[in-house]
Amino acid sequence: MTNGWVDIKNADVILAMGGNPAENHPVGFRWFMEARKTRGAKIVAVDPRFTRTAAVADMYAPIRPGTDIAFLLGIIRYAIETGRYHSDYVKIHTNAPFIVSDKFTFNDGLFSGFDDKTHQYVKDTWAYDGDPAKGGSYLLDQTLQHPRSVFQLLKQHVARYTPEIVERICGTPKAQFLKVCDIVTSTGNAQRVGTITYALGWTQHSTGVQMIRAGAMLQLLLGNVGRPGGGVNAFRGHSNIQGATDTAGNTEILPGYLKTPVGQMQTLADYYGSAVPTTLNKQAWASMNYWQNYPKFMVSLLKSLYGNASTKDNDWGYGWMPKIDGNYSWMYIYDDMYRGSSMRVGGKEPGPEGFITFGMNPVGLGPNSKKMIAALSKLKWMVVVENSEIETATFWKAPPEYGGASPAQIPTEVFMLPAANFAEKDGTFTNSARWLQWKWKALDPPGSAKSDQEIVSRIFLAVQALYKKEGGALPEQVLNVSWAYTNPVNPDLGEVLKEMNGKALADLKDPKDPTKVVKTAGQQIDGFGQLMDDGTTSCGNWLHSGVYTEAGNNAQRRNNADPTGLGMFHNWGFSWPANRRIMYNRASADANGNPWDPTRVGIKWNGEKWVGDVPDMKPDAPPGTFGAFIMLPEGVGRLFAAGLADGPFPEHYEAVEAPVPNLLHPKVTSNPVALKFASDKDSLGTADKFPIVCTTYRLTEHFHYWTKHQEAGVLNELAPGFFVEIPEALATDKGIANGSKVRVSSARGSIEGTAMVTKRLPSLNIDGKRIWQIGFPIHWGYAGAKGHTGPLANFLTASVGDPNTWTPEYKAFLVNLEKA
Amino acid sequence: MASQTLEIHRSSASMWGTRTGIRSLPTVAKYVDTTTCIGCKACEAACQEWNDLKRVPTSQDGSYQTMPKLQADFWNLIKFNETEIDGNFNWLMRKDQCMHCAEPGCLAACPAPGAIVQYANGIVDVNPDSCIGCGYCATGCPFDVPKFHAKTGKMAKCTLCVDRAEVGLEPACVKACPTGCLSYGTKDDMVALGILRVKQLKDSGFKDAILYDPQGVGGTSVVTVLKYNRPELYDLPADPHVSMGVKIWKQVVRPLGVIAGFLTMFAVFGHYTKYGPKEPPADEGRAA
Repeated sequence: MTNGWVDIKNADVILAMGGNPAENHPVGFRWFMEARKTRGAKIVAVDPRFTRTAAVADMYAPIRPGTDIAFLLGIIRYAIETGRYHSDYVKIHTNAPFIVSDKFTFNDGLFSGFDDKTHQYVKDTWAYDGDPAKGGSYLLDQTLQHPRSVFQLLKQHVARYTPEIVERICGTPKAQFLKVCDIVTSTGNAQRVGTITYALGWTQHSTGVQMIRAGAMLQLLLGNVGRPGGGVNAFRGHSNIQGATDTAGNTEILPGYLKTPVGQMQTLADYYGSAVPTTLNKQAWASMNYWQNYPKFMVSLLKSLYGNASTKDNDWGYGWMPKIDGNYSWMYIYDDMYRGSSMRVGGKEPGPEGFITFGMNPVGLGPNSKKMIAALSKLKWMVVVENSEIETATFWKAPPEYGGASPAQIPTEVFMLPAANFAEKDGTFTNSARWLQWKWKALDPPGSAKSDQEIVSRIFLAVQALYKKEGGALPEQVLNVSWAYTNPVNPDLGEVLKEMNGKALADLKDPKDPTKVVKTAGQQIDGFGQLMDDGTTSCGNWLHSGVYTEAGNNAQRRNNADPTGLGMFHNWGFSWPANRRIMYNRASADANGNPWDPTRVGIKWNGEKWVGDVPDMKPDAPPGTFGAFIMLPEGVGRLFAAGLADGPFPEHYEAVEAPVPNLLHPKVTSNPVALKFASDKDSLGTADKFPIVCTTYRLTEHFHYWTKHQEAGVLNELAPGFFVEIPEALATDKGIANGSKVRVSSARGSIEGTAMVTKRLPSLNIDGKRIWQIGFPIHWGYAGAKGHTGPLANFLTASVGDPNTWTPEYKAFLVNLEKA
Repeated sequence: MASQTLEIHRSSASMWGTRTGIRSLPTVAKYVDTTTCIGCKACEAACQEWNDLKRVPTSQDGSYQTMPKLQADFWNLIKFNETEIDGNFNWLMRKDQCMHCAEPGCLAACPAPGAIVQYANGIVDVNPDSCIGCGYCATGCPFDVPKFHAKTGKMAKCTLCVDRAEVGLEPACVKACPTGCLSYGTKDDMVALGILRVKQLKDSGFKDAILYDPQGVGGTSVVTVLKYNRPELYDLPADPHVSMGVKIWKQVVRPLGVIAGFLTMFAVFGHYTKYGPKEPPADEGRAA
């Protein structure tokens, strides 16, 4: 979230799209209700289903799964055509005035630079005119009239998305769409603010990142980014999924979103060359370019990883870091596993032979479970660290048509390590609002179950001991790791958090007055502003720096004083970065540093410094010195962004499996650079055989794939079995009675469930054709307590996904439906 | 479980309660705003856990509402209703439970002395020590709430968490509710909250929004905000009353019975004082 949970109460309009917060985030949803009760906020729910959120929203609009970009670009068009956007904001806080290279084009669904053979874009035409890297300076037109300005290009790009076209693509009746436009764009001014909330309903598409970008662009146009009550707010799927991503939960990032080195970056200098931006806006609203501090974060990370072994002479140990030779996100790994070879090195290397899975159930949550089970069946060994015998730990027990088989036929040796659950260990949760909040262990883990940190430590120390004794490949990587915990086999998580915060390794001098020592050697630093690139500081995650200072463990703070009245609670827990509660908050004020809305102050300039929230700006830099988006080389928010794999503007593409061709460019129906796999288990369905659109989701009564493992307890009774939601008219067509058994099949397989016949799923009129959509929740599987098992939803989903995040497309795929 | 500390305002099959009048307690109430209820069932889970109720097995039969109605071991149920109103589709969710009537039909109908009590704060409770499990209270209830528990042989229903209320805590369901759709406090405060919310709804276009606090049962200690003045859409009776049969039983037959009882005793006593004890005939005694 750019803002926070509590901040939602400051909104005048809440657009809940690509998510069902009442279902999946019921506790945070209280702030939706608060906004309505205290401000009369309008809540708009846009969803394929009439959801629990829709039930209490002020307005609901239906949409066909996977067409959100058309819908959002339609709103952007409406805002521009009617002038209902925040033009003062757009001129100073976005790249709308920037002039784009005339080599950039968009024709028939393809942006310039598309390579037919690799199915990837060469992005060099997606550029501004006047490249500062070549000694020039960006060309700007503050009137926004220049035909090559970002603003005019955007206007031209979205011109196709008329309300009629939106209706024909999305199935949203025109009148309802226009009503949504009216409510949402009512915030395109200084007086009003709106927020957009989303979750996996946007992320899990082959165009997921561009959906989110379209939402962000709309918010930039309306002037809602950085303001209390505004922002682009991702609701994360688990209590600590934000913490997991912050701490390198993904393959392409190191802690704090530093980049994972790749093969050709053999030295730190090579690495900085690609990671540290130098192309800077040096004009008015110059870029503060905060990433210029990258080397300080990186060297401090290396010091924390390798301790005394990390020195200037050995490039701080950078050489020991693994360099990846391609994409190691999970769908790729399982594909390698299944095919038995690694596609990244020309298919010559064998695939992985072993696999450790921590607190994750790939057979359950991964797409195309049949392929997943076949992949695991080829391993030599697998370690599952979990608190229940999940599907992954018992993959051979799958139904035979999904690859279940006698253990004698499968070479995989499976080890199950019982793990403590979240209530059985200390530590922090980092919530969607980026707040790190400490939680205390409530009870001891049962039996021989151990905490994650103890399991990791014991494995690591055993491997290190083996290396010491027997040697092995690349020994420095293992032997030089610093493991300086009081109890090395079970590190105290407070100690780990201290390490992540960072400390001074030598006396740190005040940069303004070198005679003054701000930190003596060994002291915890106050924040990432004190990090150095000369080896005098160490820090495990620069973004979390400030969480455990000399003042103590700030994640444990529970002071609920709120002098702003806006729900910022600066003394409650710790919010990264720098305890800032609203990111980009410089944009909450105008060119002179006055808040757009004096009743909702993000930050304001008091003549000497910025006050309010922790400023997302140099605290004493007067208005006009730097642009509001300090992490970007342009210094302003991007309506045109060259960084993504699939285009500088979002464009409507159908899902990889779609019931109709793309209305705008039938030759380029789905995302031309979508992630796909080509194994014999990666079949895709077509609309003639599988005419119904299907989507998957979660229920509030269940926690992921866990609840079904609870023998007793009331939750399984509140949502007792797998079901398929079916529109009433479709059920009538097919003679399906409510509560009867139905079979749903896709190109990957078929499953059975109980029919839930409902009016909550509308039939959609898509360009004159009636399109049906059905859906089902994901929470069941063949493993679980007696009476609570069921089919795996992901037997039906495909291993296709977004080209930026490699997230699977769970939210839109094709199926057929029949009576069982 | 009956409260040990709260004074009893009214008691079934008794003429009066134990209220001394020395202490005063305001009537308490629960506020339910159906327009902010998301049907998450946290209240259901909290109710089961706080009251140590046994798990009631369910099955998926084609609805988000997997418990068809209240049970002896399930006192708090969100009812889900899909309905079209004025051309708009609605998914209405309403918390079903004991309404804690000011004039409780259950208490009126109960023949067992002290089995149903109304405390000084308005909470209506079943006292299992006195309950005979006859089920008359169920027939007296216009909301179909009390249920017979086959295992204990007693009647069971929501107690408004009287064990929490007597120590100043809100009911478990209110504590668990994430959206703030439930509140707890004095009846006056909850009614005020309801009137405010109804006004908001009217201002935003729901002209016939109401606060459901039916006067046919003297008002209830569960007041419910409804967007549409059509209680039946929420599985609520439009104008609940204690049934005529129960009223006749409670207001006519029982008092008459009591009077008849007194008259009988009086007659017996009068007869005795006038004629003395009945003497057996002399020859009968002899024959024995």
